[in-house]
Amino acid sequence: MNLAISGLKYIEEIKNGNYTIEEFVSKTLEQIQKLDGKLHAFLSLNDKAIDQAKKLDKKIQKNEKIGACFGMPISIKDNICVKGTKTTCASKMLEDFVAPYEATVISKLKSEDAIIIGKTNMDEFAMGLTTEFSAFGPSRNPWNHDYVPGGSSGGSAVAVRALECVASLGSDTGGSVRNPASFCSVVGYKPTYGLVSRYGLISYANSIEQIGPLTRTVEDLAFILNIISGIDDKDNTTVDNKNEDYLSEIDAGVEGKKIGIIKEMIGDGADKEVVSATNNAVKKFENLGAKCEEISLDMVDYSVAAYYTISATEAGSNLARYDNLRYGFDFPLEGFEFNSYISKARKNFGPEVTRRLIVGGFVPSAGFAGKYFLKALKVKSKLTAEVNEAFKKVDLLLAPTVPICPFKLGEKIDDPIALFLIDFNTVTANLTGKPAISIPFELSDGLPIGIQLLAKSMHDKALLQAAYALQNTVHLPEIQL
Amino acid sequence: MTKIGLEIHCQLTNLESKLFCTCRANYRGYEPNTNVCPICMGLPGTLPLLNQKAVEKATTIAMALNCKTPEKLAFFRKNYFYPDLPKNFQITQLNVYGPTSIGLEGKVLVDEKEIRILRIQLEEDPGRLIYEGSSEKTQITLVDYNRAGTPLVEIVTEPDFENPKQVRLFLNMLSDLLENLSVSDPELEGAIRADVNVSIQGGKRVEIKNIGSFHDLEKAIHFEITRQESLAARNIQIIQETRHWDEQRKITISARRKEEELEYRYFLEGDIPWILIDSQTLDRLKNDMPESIISKKERYISKYKIPSQVAEVLSSDKFYSDMFEQVRDETNVKDVANIITTDLMGLVDTKEKRENSKLTPQHLVELVNAIKSNKITRTAAKIALKEIVKSGKTLSDVISELDLVHVSDASELTRIIDQVLSEEIIAVEQAKTNPDTINYLIGKVMQKTKGNADPKLTLSIIQKKIQT
Repeated sequence: MNLAISGLKYIEEIKNGNYTIEEFVSKTLEQIQKLDGKLHAFLSLNDKAIDQAKKLDKKIQKNEKIGACFGMPISIKDNICVKGTKTTCASKMLEDFVAPYEATVISKLKSEDAIIIGKTNMDEFAMGLTTEFSAFGPSRNPWNHDYVPGGSSGGSAVAVRALECVASLGSDTGGSVRNPASFCSVVGYKPTYGLVSRYGLISYANSIEQIGPLTRTVEDLAFILNIISGIDDKDNTTVDNKNEDYLSEIDAGVEGKKIGIIKEMIGDGADKEVVSATNNAVKKFENLGAKCEEISLDMVDYSVAAYYTISATEAGSNLARYDNLRYGFDFPLEGFEFNSYISKARKNFGPEVTRRLIVGGFVPSAGFAGKYFLKALKVKSKLTAEVNEAFKKVDLLLAPTVPICPFKLGEKIDDPIALFLIDFNTVTANLTGKPAISIPFELSDGLPIGIQLLAKSMHDKALLQAAYALQNTVHLPEIQL
Repeated sequence: MTKIGLEIHCQLTNLESKLFCTCRANYRGYEPNTNVCPICMGLPGTLPLLNQKAVEKATTIAMALNCKTPEKLAFFRKNYFYPDLPKNFQITQLNVYGPTSIGLEGKVLVDEKEIRILRIQLEEDPGRLIYEGSSEKTQITLVDYNRAGTPLVEIVTEPDFENPKQVRLFLNMLSDLLENLSVSDPELEGAIRADVNVSIQGGKRVEIKNIGSFHDLEKAIHFEITRQESLAARNIQIIQETRHWDEQRKITISARRKEEELEYRYFLEGDIPWILIDSQTLDRLKNDMPESIISKKERYISKYKIPSQVAEVLSSDKFYSDMFEQVRDETNVKDVANIITTDLMGLVDTKEKRENSKLTPQHLVELVNAIKSNKITRTAAKIALKEIVKSGKTLSDVISELDLVHVSDASELTRIIDQVLSEEIIAVEQAKTNPDTINYLIGKVMQKTKGNADPKLTLSIIQKKIQT
């Protein structure tokens, strides 16, 4: 049995009876056992996974109806609520929080008989780009253990690449799915804002973030998106996608499509290996019959500043509830007045969260909002207008997912501003609500480089078609695990 | 000149569910922390789901107070830490970035004085804090989240009131209006609460919070005006501050400065998309709105020729006006109005009594008919009404059980009068010279007939007998 197969291939193997769900799930758990001590992709595992697999195998034996996932082992970022299991956000603050309800995406996956294999590591409350800000220790890049896997959905990307699951769900607020997808060479997706329900996703910056899948192939991604997308009466911001089938016609190709290469995203701050990979991707698209042209988005230069201002403001509000009154961790109550209790309890936030909460308390405050927060909103709306304008000329936008190559653990952890700039190419999709995908494209010195594509809102299907076309031109060497 | 403004919080108690989840809007009477769910407890990962009905009910209030109602509504987060606030922010509304609250710029007439409404906003009520323990040292604070998320309408007036009386009349008007619109039950404890701000000529604005009842509100205003005037008389500056109403001592006391330095970091609530109130919705709400109290009153006066005072009393209370509308027809309007305002009101003057009352409109119809056809007297009707409210028996049962049949048969009455006159020889003698004594004799007849004798007929028979 080979774990290095796509999700769609897995379903075929199970359907054909080449092996049982139990066999595949056990093998997957063995893989986790073998590798996760080093990689640390998981924060917790589902100890009922084998039982669930057995139950599904019985269903198959009895020819009973079974959901589309056929027991596919899927991992979930630890900021998405799975009923009855710990959902920690990789934070001391939620160390003992057991979710009493199910996120909509989890209900949907379960109703299609996916097996939730475990919860994956992340930067605390999804704030970070390396997974080094997890309160429970960093994850490592499976291509080279000295390197960061990206973040904040680092554990998800590692788990998918290291064959510790077939697919994973992460969350993308400023690039948190696409960034680790690029660093680990998996497919990572940020859907159109509102396409996937956020009910059960623990908010960081709720106006711009989405749950998104990480998979080994674009087809797998379309398959998962078919299950998790759509309007949800538990999330007022979801949009009706009329049950769009993202998998059908995925091989439509890009013949005649116009692709804009975002000039600002391959500028001075970008590594030359990344620029060269981008140029190669452009060539490949042209060979596939697409027309590529460089395009300039002036507002991109301000996007990171706007992103951090807006996300910190929303974080300051979204994380205010962690006062350790109704749930949280063990902490003596005696001798504190309410406000001093809160400030003591909040000392359990890690350094990056603390940093952003301080910023988030300042930039929208009276007297400073005009200078920071309201300006950031202005950048957001101008950037959106600019991107919408660009999409009148082109069908897709292209840029490297991350402007630099993966780097070593500890290399940038003391330089928050340098870390912020790594988001330069990803935040535009979040600020404008557009769908964006990262596709594994090249290896440089044995480390992955991903290419990013963006499309118009609700044109997720066209985006996946283009991503599929590019994927089929890419042949990366096997990873040594 | 004294300027008084109000900030009124009114719960939409008649709604089924809370503002952002399906827990009950009327949380009263449940064990603490049982009317809660992950959403109103603000658990990680939950999202607010807007109760559209709350938006509509609040809009109805805005229309009734002659406010402008914006086409696009938005919600904002008001960020502050307080143990009664599960998310440590409150979802509320704001007009700072353009008119996006339920209503604004309204006006109403109170006692000939125009009161301007600054804005009306929809927001979530926090939980309730319960303080236990005798001394400061042993005191503990308990939190009950049953109330958290209850739809709350905040009505902010301009400082247009000049005296406590205008405030009282306004609040009475408002509470009748809310009841008439069937959005809130003002009788429920805590359903309507008000903060007030007071300033006198040349002084700064002082806000008073924590006032438990409308009764205390009036006292607080009186106290505050007196306090400020006495400061002014001694040339002491009146500073801008927030003061708390001390219920026990009936005085206002300065709140700690710390609470004034509040920083709310307002921003748009992204989890609730903008709400569009199109003209169709507005038309529908307008059509569905019950007739206003003023219009009812005018109709009662002009159409039914009911005296203005009676019409006022009748129209301002939904319970009575509903009863009136159900019972009245062309022939009996005045009698129905009379029996409701003079007899019924005394019998069902509290919420509890109303709920326990067994009276149906059909009862009232029969009662009015019985009076009109001289079957029973007004006095007997009053006794019958009391019994019906209590037992719900039919009028005919009550009349026969309590022996209330009207004695209007002249021969029967003459027989009783003869008996009385023979027993009261002295009074009869006196009555020949002093007509007032006749009333005494009538009283005796009424006693014998349990008030069922026709008073006019009794008088004329006695007069005839005495003169002969």
